[in-house]
Amino acid sequence: MTPGKLSTYLKNGAIWGFILLELIFFTVAGQFLSLSENAFMDAGNMLLLFKQSAPIGIIAMGMTIVMVNGNIDLSVGATYALSAVVLLDAMTWPVFGGLGDWVIPVACLLAVLTGTVLGAINGLIVWKTGVDAFIVTLGAMLGYRGLVFMYNGEQPTSHLNWTLVDFAEAQFLGLHTATWVLLLVTAAIWFLMNKTVHGRNAHAIGDNREAAVNAGIRVGPHMMINFMIIGALAALSAVVFYAETGSVNPNDGELYELWVITAVVLGGTKLSGGAGSIISTFGGVLAIQLLRKGLAHIGADTSTVNLVIGLILIAVLLLDRQLNVKGKEALKI
Amino acid sequence: MATLTKKDIGGFLARQGILLAFALFMIGFTLANGRFLDPDNVMGVIRSSAILGVMALGVTFVVISGNLDLSVGSMMSFSTIVVLDLHDKLGPALAIPAMFAMTLALGAFIGFLVGYLRLNSLIVTLGMLSAIHGLTLTWSGGKNMDIADKAGTWFDVFGRGEVLGIPVPILMFLLLAVTLGTALAKTPFGRKIYAVGGNGTAATFSGIPRARVVFSCYLVSAFCVATAGLLQASRSMGSQNTVGQGLELEVLAAVILGGASLMGGSGTIFKTVIGVLILGFIQNGLLLVGLPFYVQYVVTWVIIILAVWLDIAAKRGRLWSPIA
Amino acid sequence: MTTQTPVLQLEGIVKTFPGVRALDGVSLAILPGEVHALMGENGAGKSTLMKVLGGIHQPDEGRIIVGKEPVAMSGPLDAKAKGIVFIHQELSLAEELSVAENIYLGELPEKRFGLVDWNELYARTNRILEKLKVGFDARTRVGDLSIANQQMVEIARALTVDAKAVIFDEPTASLTDAEKVVLFDVIADLQSHGVGIIYISHRMEEIFRITDRISVLRDGEYRGTLVTAETDEEEVTQLMIGRSLDLSRNAVHHELGEVALEVRNLSCHGLFEDVSFAVRSGEVLGFYGLVGAGRTEIAETLFGLREPSAGTIHLNGEKVRIHSPADAIARGISLVPEDRKAQGLVLGMNCRDNMTLPQVDDLKAGPFVAEGSEIAIFDQYRDKLDIRTPGWKQAVGNLSGGNQQKIVIGKWLAMRPSVLIVDEPTRGIDVGSKSEIHNLIRDLAAHGYAVIVISSEMPEVLHVSDRIVAMYSGRVMQTFTSEEVTEDSLIQAISGLTPGQAHQTDTTQLSEGKDIQ
Repeated sequence: MTPGKLSTYLKNGAIWGFILLELIFFTVAGQFLSLSENAFMDAGNMLLLFKQSAPIGIIAMGMTIVMVNGNIDLSVGATYALSAVVLLDAMTWPVFGGLGDWVIPVACLLAVLTGTVLGAINGLIVWKTGVDAFIVTLGAMLGYRGLVFMYNGEQPTSHLNWTLVDFAEAQFLGLHTATWVLLLVTAAIWFLMNKTVHGRNAHAIGDNREAAVNAGIRVGPHMMINFMIIGALAALSAVVFYAETGSVNPNDGELYELWVITAVVLGGTKLSGGAGSIISTFGGVLAIQLLRKGLAHIGADTSTVNLVIGLILIAVLLLDRQLNVKGKEALKI
Repeated sequence: MATLTKKDIGGFLARQGILLAFALFMIGFTLANGRFLDPDNVMGVIRSSAILGVMALGVTFVVISGNLDLSVGSMMSFSTIVVLDLHDKLGPALAIPAMFAMTLALGAFIGFLVGYLRLNSLIVTLGMLSAIHGLTLTWSGGKNMDIADKAGTWFDVFGRGEVLGIPVPILMFLLLAVTLGTALAKTPFGRKIYAVGGNGTAATFSGIPRARVVFSCYLVSAFCVATAGLLQASRSMGSQNTVGQGLELEVLAAVILGGASLMGGSGTIFKTVIGVLILGFIQNGLLLVGLPFYVQYVVTWVIIILAVWLDIAAKRGRLWSPIA
Repeated sequence: MTTQTPVLQLEGIVKTFPGVRALDGVSLAILPGEVHALMGENGAGKSTLMKVLGGIHQPDEGRIIVGKEPVAMSGPLDAKAKGIVFIHQELSLAEELSVAENIYLGELPEKRFGLVDWNELYARTNRILEKLKVGFDARTRVGDLSIANQQMVEIARALTVDAKAVIFDEPTASLTDAEKVVLFDVIADLQSHGVGIIYISHRMEEIFRITDRISVLRDGEYRGTLVTAETDEEEVTQLMIGRSLDLSRNAVHHELGEVALEVRNLSCHGLFEDVSFAVRSGEVLGFYGLVGAGRTEIAETLFGLREPSAGTIHLNGEKVRIHSPADAIARGISLVPEDRKAQGLVLGMNCRDNMTLPQVDDLKAGPFVAEGSEIAIFDQYRDKLDIRTPGWKQAVGNLSGGNQQKIVIGKWLAMRPSVLIVDEPTRGIDVGSKSEIHNLIRDLAAHGYAVIVISSEMPEVLHVSDRIVAMYSGRVMQTFTSEEVTEDSLIQAISGLTPGQAHQTDTTQLSEGKDIQ
């Protein structure tokens, strides 16, 4: 087998192998170290795991398509926070006073619209100015965060709508609302990336931009659509999370971009674009959440979680390099 | 005299745009608030920019060599916590060199991964951001770190001291800026950094040890971070373990604002200092005219994108991207 | 044949770039169902002509006529829409996508709601793949294919449209003999459907096997069209090279010095095998062969950029190991690389800094770079090589190709090497600069440098070399002295036609080297 094939094979399967390894490790280690009575693989615990994966997971799906397209989005944390503010605040607007509980879908829609517009702004700037997406979204990360603060100063924005909370805490077929949203988003983005012309063209652009341009694919609109998708998903993630908590601090969502990118890279998406799998990203999201929960289960604190996740990210890169290492005949440049 | 064509003016704007924008901001703020150009205020701005500035100097090296360093914020928290902790255990005279050694070791680790193993710097430093944060939390046990006997130590001299009426942080920032600026512009080492960042393959074909150059840049960055940590610890004499969180992106913003290209091969220490000062003065100016601190975020966003956009527009000779 | 309307005509195409007249009134007519070879040396204008045809460059003068209508091409897509399809030597494929997606890149069949019609896509692709008789499936990931099969995917793209003319640019460079047969069948099939074919290749054997007519370009000018059946290799070569061969042959001989560099049985992991040669100070040793024959890889190995798998390198009689370019430079070897933009220059850096880059560690005043010495070096080589630049502060990227090349040569001359290796010294630069660089190489030899020149241009090799090493597929086939070499023997040697003689020459060479020690 050529190194390339082995690498592909490992990349496709590795994340699930890693998850399995985590499960075994934490189950066994949990027997000796855990303070809690419950087994790690307890059904309730696993359901909770899915639910807790949702906020990062939903955004990670958008990040996968943006990165496959050859871009990156660092502004998702700020977009998440701003959408959350719009969601909670809109429910208190006098305009919607007569709507009763119908204000909920309206507010959700407004929040998602906010995310989409913020994404569209990023996409439009990347498309029209030709400035690298890294810089554009780095700027937007600050700018959108500024907008969050400008909205409500340094005060948290709070509004609890009990109907919404009930909805968020509801379980359908045993799964929480958030889990359902995550699964639906995963399915939808998988479908988008693998079955639609837009998805395939996005792959082609990330893989070989020049070839795509020469083949007449319009690079700009495809990139912009993907930025709108990730914006909308960051907003959706906020809807799912804040429906339940009902209060958003202006600093919420900070460092989300890092968690999301970590999950996507763990899932094997190529940094240079062109290749990435939604299913593996889903695996990446679960792996991270599992690690957090597992380490907590055996009594490790946040510090260990951070340390381990950082080192695993680097280890993945190292492994990838070893698998792709060229023969001895290679030029030493 | 040659007549000025539209292109000349465009080129000039693109090249010196950042200085012009700086001048405009200064004039605007001065008109809005007379206190803006007070020596005290100016000194205050530079002083509060010093920590960010020192870090930006190191990151400039890394960026010119064609790489990124997103770990500086979390590394700075590490340095701060470590030096504060060791201060009470070993005394300041030992704590400072120990902290520098440890920070440099972290820099060497990153430099090894990026330089010698050629791993992607964005992901490596992203991983290190998280890992070092974990390290810091472990070290501090998740608690804030404080110097027990604040009155009985000379440790506060770096953050609070003054020499000839100039605050020490400013002096250290200037000293480092001049030293590193000279090293970058005038020494063979600096020349090699530009070559490696400008065209790594051509640098290799010229006999330049690319891996070693990149490695050294991360060492420089780590040294600057350690210095920033020292200034921070000495100024506050106690610290949260998230003190540097998010600084990596502000630092990068300053470096980009100074005109360094993320593709590598361009940028100067002088321009980075300008970038740092612009961020500092905008922050201060907006506060002085009565706007809350977060307005600067939005302003920074607009400035960064405009600065980079004008820069590439000048290079490609047209304002809008040719992408269909 | 002449009564037919050509499918494609180029009339009086002129294209100039700053400092270069790349095309000077080139005309070409492609008849339906013919295979028309386009020949010429590197830099003769073939690729520029094809870029004009593909709409990447707009001609300054002249017209393109497809069928009977003059057209303006706005780009490759436009050309394709008009029935002109290009199959490039350099692959432009998206490796992570499937074969089918690559063949229909930008034109995926669509169902409702923007969904890809996979059934239709695979059905169409399979029809094309059947025609090409390839052994892979429409769903295969392109990155998993061999280079030859990737080339077939590129060719398959041409078959998706109703092509009037198809341009093949060196299509067989990476194909095996069996794959070539398939390719030629495909070409015959296109031919039988009345498609006109432009076939660009350096390989005489193929040209005479499959083409109907041969048009030749030289130095951007159209030199004539020959009917393949009525001509022979010599006539074509004559037309391509043009100048009188006696004049271009290196006839200057001077005293040779000691053996400066000797290579014994050097191999590098299948890139080249068992290569032996020696070069004396004062001598120019030419390396001639097709692209991919292993010449550049030998240079890179000598310069420490590749690890040899076997064999030894001797400098001035001493066995050396070279692990890095720094090693090579320290031992007095310089390499002017093949690709000046990617390997030779930091384009954003100024002329002076580029020129002194390899020795920047040695030019010190205290801890600083001695800029005065740098400027002195730059001035010296600017004058010596006649580099035209407004000043040393100019970014190298702003100079013309010829001046850029001179900066690279100056950069390595300034190292005062004992062995200078020059890979493709005049690629992509204009005729005037070419002869200047040729003279310079001769001049260096006269001053006692040992020079190795690698070139794909026969007149260049003949012009500058004292001896010529002919390579084929990673092996030294034969070594000629400038007195005994003929183009025929050289062409035969680099086509792999004289394997018997190769060994003999190698041994002579080796014993010569030993005598000197």
